[in-house]
Amino acid sequence: MKTLEIENVHANIGEKEILRGLNLALEPGKVHAIMGPNGAGKSTLSKTIVGHYDVEVTEGDIRYKGKSILDMEPEERALEGIFLSFQHPVEIPGVNNAYFLRMAVNAKRKHEGKEELNAAEFLREMKKYLEMLGMKADMISRSLNEGFSGGEKKRNEILQMLMLQPDVIILDEIDSGLDIDALRAVSEGINMMKDGKRSFLVITHYSRILDYIKPDYIHVLKEGRIIKTAGSELVAQLEEEGYESIEEEA
Amino acid sequence: MAQEEINKAVSGEYNLGFEIDIETDVVPPGLNEDTIRFISKKKEEPEWMLELRLKALKKWQQMTEPTWGHVEYEPIDYQSISYFAAPKKGPESLDEVDPKILEAYKKLGIPLEEQKQLAGVAVDAVVDSVSVKTTYTEELNKHGVIFCSISEAIRDYPELIKKYMFSVVPMTDNFFAALNSAVFTDGTFVYIPKGVRCPMELSTYFRINALNTGQFERTLIVADEGSYVSYNEGCSAPTRDENQLHAAVVELVAMKDAEIKYSTIQNWYPGDENGKGGIYNFVTKRGICAGDNAKISWTQVETGSSITWKYPSCILKGDNSVGEFYSVAVTTLAQQADTGTKMIHLGKNTSSTIISKGISAMKGQNTYRGLVKIGANADGARNYSECDSLLIGDRCGAHTFPYLESKDTKGQVEHEATTSKISDEQLFYLRQRGINEEDAVSMIVHGFCKEVFSQLPMEYAVEAKALLELTLEGSVG
Repeated sequence: MKTLEIENVHANIGEKEILRGLNLALEPGKVHAIMGPNGAGKSTLSKTIVGHYDVEVTEGDIRYKGKSILDMEPEERALEGIFLSFQHPVEIPGVNNAYFLRMAVNAKRKHEGKEELNAAEFLREMKKYLEMLGMKADMISRSLNEGFSGGEKKRNEILQMLMLQPDVIILDEIDSGLDIDALRAVSEGINMMKDGKRSFLVITHYSRILDYIKPDYIHVLKEGRIIKTAGSELVAQLEEEGYESIEEEA
Repeated sequence: MAQEEINKAVSGEYNLGFEIDIETDVVPPGLNEDTIRFISKKKEEPEWMLELRLKALKKWQQMTEPTWGHVEYEPIDYQSISYFAAPKKGPESLDEVDPKILEAYKKLGIPLEEQKQLAGVAVDAVVDSVSVKTTYTEELNKHGVIFCSISEAIRDYPELIKKYMFSVVPMTDNFFAALNSAVFTDGTFVYIPKGVRCPMELSTYFRINALNTGQFERTLIVADEGSYVSYNEGCSAPTRDENQLHAAVVELVAMKDAEIKYSTIQNWYPGDENGKGGIYNFVTKRGICAGDNAKISWTQVETGSSITWKYPSCILKGDNSVGEFYSVAVTTLAQQADTGTKMIHLGKNTSSTIISKGISAMKGQNTYRGLVKIGANADGARNYSECDSLLIGDRCGAHTFPYLESKDTKGQVEHEATTSKISDEQLFYLRQRGINEEDAVSMIVHGFCKEVFSQLPMEYAVEAKALLELTLEGSVG
């Protein structure tokens, strides 16, 4: 069964229609890359899946593990296992990073009928991943994303992903603003999550990240629709000829 | 996020609005010399106190109510208020405290019975115009600490009262202070002797119960050289349609090397969402660092009252003395708060810190008003001010009026102010991580208040957090 199916979705931001009959199905265990020019609707697609308040779906359906999620609140979608790594993670002053993440982890565990983690158990887990991602120990006590560098913010997104263990992972421009070390650490975190069941949706403007996270499929998004789907060999063609060269498939 | 949902969430229920069913002695409404004589007699006061009261009344009658506050309310008819109400059964000992009062305090989370008293916290319980019970007095006496109602202090420690009362807030300081000086009923007196570190937290809990009465308490805390005290006050009142007046005065005196930490959790009945009912809270609080190296720290969490008008201030007279003001003021429903502080730097190398956090929701209006004054001889004076406002929804307001008067060009003053809205982006971020909207809002609000809450004694910090949650319950839904 597909993990996520997007069927003929039309979606507006304000008065403007951005997604115009988008179809896409994510397969378990696969990495799907969405590429496309600026303004194609890449970020709107990720917002639509997670139920962002800016987006109004006017037509079509999105099903997660076979069930429509359009009527679900954002937190319900999250608890069910849909995770978005934000392009621009927001800063929340005074909210302790570890405290926040423990709340999130325990909300999910509670939802799954598991016992909540106590502070010690939680910290042990968190420290393990901090080290792996090359993050400083003070990330435990700092305020959520406040004053973080671009690289720190993205690593913090990946940290949350690792702790929350979601089933569908959407990475919106995860590579923007990352230096090579951060890119490597982030990719390592993502690759660790591959377990043959999870699906990944990698939304990117550049192909650089795809050297680190090998995609199974490349989808080209243009004017609010997927106009082409191919294997990873398409990356090279896009690099050379740009998006202009891609014709919509019949 | 839909506006109705926000409203639902911010209109947290006031859960202390019950009435204690006790028989009360209430003096008929009205204010004249006879009223003052009546109060003074009820309190068995010495003649000199009565004379001071009568003098204050005369002064007050010549004063006019201030109108500069950023608050709106129907004119107060001072002749329609009753100035004295007391539970009929005057207790001689705890056994004689009306069980209904004990029950009520239990509901408020403050047991007064000996065996259940809060460990390490001595409590003075005031209902309407009288103190009904002070706990741990014996233990405190051993250290020479005086902790009693102000009425007792006037009878038992006249020299201290004559010396310090009106020394920080003169009776003519302002309209409401003058009114209080004439009619003040009860309140707390604290004296910490030289070199004594008060062995426990001191606390007064004020409860307005009777209908159509005002509460006018007066608190005086004197910390002698090298002493330390942490004092906390809490308050609540029944849910009523009429507005009730609360005009208190608090005076703090910190001698050389002494420190006073004064924390308030103010939860008077706030009125309803149309502005009906609620307490008018007009309070004058001021402390003086009279000696060198003295320190006064005000921390307040203001969630109640329909109108709040208060500016806990510090006069930094001693060299190297320190004044601090940490405030969280929440206005929701139709509440209005005009609050802040005055830091008066007179001594050399004095320093002050102001951290003010205003939270407004629904139709709440929140004003920060602060004055930093640096005197001609205050070489090396420093102030740091930070005033942040958080708006929830789009019908509320935040206003900031910082004033600075500096006669010393070498003083160093920093002021920062921010206004932010709980952003939809912040809420969405937390929700995308599986945290529900209400928890997300309270997380953001707590984060915003963190610097202030961290100043409260631990038990009170917990209470303040819970209170904030309750006040803003449903502010987002």
